[in-house]
Amino acid sequence: MNARAEEKLAVNILRFSASAAIAILLFIIAYVTYKGAGSLTLEFIFDAPRDMGREGGIFPAILSTLYLAALSTLIATPLGVGTAIYLTEYTTEGLTTKIVRFGSDCLAGVPSIIFGLFGFVLFVIYLKLGWCLLSGALTMSFMILPTIIRTSEEAIKSVPYELREASFSLGATRWQTVTKIVLPEAVPGIVTGVILGVGRAISETAAVIFTAGSALTAPESILESGRTLAVHFYIMAREGISMDKAFATALVLIIFILIINVITYTLMNKLIARKKA
Amino acid sequence: MKIADKERIISNILLLTALSSIGALALITVFIFVEGLPVILKTGIFDFIFGMKWKPAKGIFSIFPMIAGSFAVMAGAMMVSVPFALCCSIYLAEFAGDTARKFIKPAIELLAGIPSVVYGFIGVTVLVPFVKNYIGGNGFSVLSCSLVLGVMVLPTITSISFDALRAVPASYREGALALGATRWQAVKMAVVPAAGSGIIAAVILGMGRAIGETMAVIMIAGNSLIIPLSPLDPVRTLTSNIALEMGYASGAHRQALFATGVVLFIIIMGLNVLATRIINRAVK
Repeated sequence: MNARAEEKLAVNILRFSASAAIAILLFIIAYVTYKGAGSLTLEFIFDAPRDMGREGGIFPAILSTLYLAALSTLIATPLGVGTAIYLTEYTTEGLTTKIVRFGSDCLAGVPSIIFGLFGFVLFVIYLKLGWCLLSGALTMSFMILPTIIRTSEEAIKSVPYELREASFSLGATRWQTVTKIVLPEAVPGIVTGVILGVGRAISETAAVIFTAGSALTAPESILESGRTLAVHFYIMAREGISMDKAFATALVLIIFILIINVITYTLMNKLIARKKA
Repeated sequence: MKIADKERIISNILLLTALSSIGALALITVFIFVEGLPVILKTGIFDFIFGMKWKPAKGIFSIFPMIAGSFAVMAGAMMVSVPFALCCSIYLAEFAGDTARKFIKPAIELLAGIPSVVYGFIGVTVLVPFVKNYIGGNGFSVLSCSLVLGVMVLPTITSISFDALRAVPASYREGALALGATRWQAVKMAVVPAAGSGIIAAVILGMGRAIGETMAVIMIAGNSLIIPLSPLDPVRTLTSNIALEMGYASGAHRQALFATGVVLFIIIMGLNVLATRIINRAVK
């Protein structure tokens, strides 16, 4: 085979692989939409489930999901952004940054079931919080911390150094420069990280089911158990409670994830455009 | 308060937040080990890891079938994912036009955003019956699991290898092209080898993902406590052992699940540290 023919063949195989990946994604979305759209009504979204979820809707699960996502990002964002500020503005590369990066990298690789075990023994048992949204959110905040650190760090690094120099030359302190100059510029990137964290909190099951529990009622406080959409979907599917309702729940999940991805994608593009400008 | 004092306090507070991730990692390690080690030590490290019997009711805890199961589905997933992901990343990094890349890259990343329970459910409703009807066995198998996991780790391996390929200096490509190589030859002989360590790190991180995945695996793997000898055999992994029994376990049984977690944790941390080492060495 000559080099030209080989190149043509190779590029075709590569292109085919990329197309196959897209096809799998489209298949997943289309399949869940096809199976779930029939049961996805306004009542389904705004009703409470009856008979373990065979009848009724998923409103309490949507509430629990939003509470959990909001609470876990609320806990993780200050820690993550603080870490990013420290790494980029307050220190130079050395032992501390190495340790911090090692911690963040390793945390990112810890499987969700381990987070589940850990959250269960620390928050549910040891701190006696029981199965509740707070235990779930604390566990999730550890899980999304690395994402928020990484995106915030990149966002802060992308702020041009001249802005800081200008600020320092006007007599501003480091902290004033960070809060008044650097952070406002880095907001889109930080928001991207936070939204990615929300996405993980929404789609997570293993870590949530052992910490937030699976109560079907709408939680009235963060100290009550709540069943998130992903957990509800898992229980419905695994116990074969109602395939129609399970698919409709999956569709709601996928719609959430799609919205989140579109937002992060648009923000990222704005960021990249600004970097080039 | 003097400005310098205030700055020092702020700096210290920020340092504290920066230590949160390593602190979290330390907490996780301590709690998993404290809960899990007693059972391992009581059973004996060797017996716990290499024994065949897991009988919680009798207090017998050995996890070799699950270790074998985890590695079996991981190996299967890698067979699917590594060639697939490499093709995707090479295409994206070297051959795709800007427009195509803008469309394909986020789409592949979106695959990572699909919840694992959804993968598991589609695996059960589509893939398991397909394997059962057209290939054999009852469908809940290493094969089904590997296919689903292969897709699930695709985004991880693709995006890290993509970054590695992108980091190869343009002069490598230009040099090869100047010598008369086709673009494919330049990629094959100059770019991919230069990105080699990054690609290996990507694969190792993908292995960690595959071993650590839980929900999809529980739904598709069949969860039988046997050492899988054929791709059509059902399998129970370390992760699914924990998730399946955690709901009702108590006492020594629960501790044994944490002990399973200890082994899982050690395997994953080993892979992570290996991948980080390789990446750091490549950066130097």
